[in-house]
Amino acid sequence: MAVVTPGRFPAEQVPGPARAAGRRGHLPEWLSSLWAAVRTTRGGIGLALVSLIVGLAVIGPWITPSPPNALLTLDYARPGGHFLLGSDALGRDVLSRVLAGGWLLLLMAAAATVLGVMLGAAAGVSAAYLRGVSDGIIMRTIDVILSFPQLVFALLLLSVIGPKLWLIVLAVAVSHAPQVGRVLRSATLDISEQDYVKAVELQGTRPAKVMMKEIMPNLVSPLMVEVGLRLTYSIVIIAGLAFLGFGQQPPASNWGSMINENRIGLALNPWAVIVPAALIALLTIGMNTFTDAVARVAIGVERRPEEAALLDELVPREIA
Amino acid sequence: MAVVTATAGPAVSRRAAHPILALVGRRALFGIVTLFVVSLVVFLATQVLPGNAAAAVLGRNATPASLRVLEHQMHLDRSVAAQYWGWLSGLFTGKLGNSLASGQPVWGLVSGRLINSGVLVFVTGAIGSTVGVALGAAAALRRDSQFDHVTSVVALAVTSLPEFVIAIALIIVFSTVVSHLLPAVSLLAPGTYAWQQPELLVLPVATLVIVIVPYIMRMMRAAMIEALESDYVEMARLKGVPEWQIVLRHALPNAIAPTIQVIGLNFLYLAGGIVVVEYIFNFPGIGQGLVSAVGDSDIPVIQLIVVILAAFYVFMNIVTDVIAVLATPRRRIAR
Repeated sequence: MAVVTPGRFPAEQVPGPARAAGRRGHLPEWLSSLWAAVRTTRGGIGLALVSLIVGLAVIGPWITPSPPNALLTLDYARPGGHFLLGSDALGRDVLSRVLAGGWLLLLMAAAATVLGVMLGAAAGVSAAYLRGVSDGIIMRTIDVILSFPQLVFALLLLSVIGPKLWLIVLAVAVSHAPQVGRVLRSATLDISEQDYVKAVELQGTRPAKVMMKEIMPNLVSPLMVEVGLRLTYSIVIIAGLAFLGFGQQPPASNWGSMINENRIGLALNPWAVIVPAALIALLTIGMNTFTDAVARVAIGVERRPEEAALLDELVPREIA
Repeated sequence: MAVVTATAGPAVSRRAAHPILALVGRRALFGIVTLFVVSLVVFLATQVLPGNAAAAVLGRNATPASLRVLEHQMHLDRSVAAQYWGWLSGLFTGKLGNSLASGQPVWGLVSGRLINSGVLVFVTGAIGSTVGVALGAAAALRRDSQFDHVTSVVALAVTSLPEFVIAIALIIVFSTVVSHLLPAVSLLAPGTYAWQQPELLVLPVATLVIVIVPYIMRMMRAAMIEALESDYVEMARLKGVPEWQIVLRHALPNAIAPTIQVIGLNFLYLAGGIVVVEYIFNFPGIGQGLVSAVGDSDIPVIQLIVVILAAFYVFMNIVTDVIAVLATPRRRIAR
């Protein structure tokens, strides 16, 4: 292990010695650690769950037995006959609505995660590497965004512009960025002290290039874990917003809104609620379990970065 | 070496006077600045940004005449600075105008809900922290036992679940499909508060407790294991201190400090978590108020509730930091 500066990130989490930019092994580091994570029990179970639900959501719209928005039978009919999972509050086929109601949720969660992690990584790495005024401005902006609970932040934006799907994605992404930014900032602080970074700097490389070519490749492990964590939270928040009635317009089906639409009829046809709730639950459990496995393999700690960071990072800077 | 001690000396003695007070002061000042910026952001976002809030409220039914009346009522015909000043001073004097949806004074609408939410958060936090600390300590003491493995797997599964899934599961089990032990909705008669009908609190509190316990438990377990493996516990063992005393007097106090931060963070989480949970159970708190206000585009109510939640957030952040320092002697005197 290279000399690690005593930073706020536990030593194990600082990625190994300089993986020189441009030099490539047979398998990229991130792929090999993903592969190692998949081979653990946790990782295998997690990935299997996620693949199952994602597969269902993706091929679901093509294999619906009946049109998902058509009123076909009595309200809250019990499962049986043509309708394997019964019908919902308006007499629509629950199975068809379940099959059609996942893909957009997943797409929005993925988009929000990618955007949020990119924003957060850009903010965190620049803050740590540029220091000074940029650091101050970025960190204070982060503090302000962190003063809102994520869901409340999204609701605030939605209340102003209306429940537009792109706005939901943007709001969730922006509310993720500060958390990602904090984690990557402390990782970058350690890396930017390393000799190989100093060496490149002495050659007069521009800061933007140093960040992209020297620092980012070493942040792959924390980035992977962040993507997994944020994806789980994105699903939770976006499904939660749909549950609260802020998502697609009514006739469209969505696992989150299905739970809310049909919970009054729980006693009549519980499947209209249980199935979408179980799908969301299995998806987030799978995602979280897989992320946990990746964190153990790629970063080598028992805890998640967010928890590990807590032990050191949240202690006031001026005293710790 | 001499130079280092010489420079470090005065700094330490200056801080030794009132290190905690100084910390509280700095944090509070910083918190006030943050809150000021937050209030500005909330105000600008809701009142000014989307062109015209009055048009958003009236929607398709807007006529030029009704727009002008509402613009006047919301003071949109004044300058932005004047609007902000009017609103900011209203936050302190309680004169925030009327709800656009019901026409009643905003502060009156929110204050009752605030008390209910406060009860919900406080009860949840108290129960959740106790259970989380107890389970975490037990898991650490029986490390790698069956109990430890089961709790850690369950904790991992539960931390990934959205609140509404947990709430729905509880409703299915306790108030609809499986049994009818508890009410599925927490409807309160107007003018009554949550603690007057404790059975209405059970399911909302249970949902939020289930959400926060795994986090507290995991941190407590990790911190407790670290403490149990430390040199001073080893020392105490070698001296022959009884095991119960080692746990209670040596390990627990040192493990609790990082856990307190996680407890603080879970109070922060509750500020957002109550929104969904109150909505599900129809619990008359500010979270449910926020959801219905957003649905009605009731901007004065949204502004007030969001500022209250943000203020709670900032305040809890400071409290967490200060308690963490107070709870860790090592950090109180460090450097």
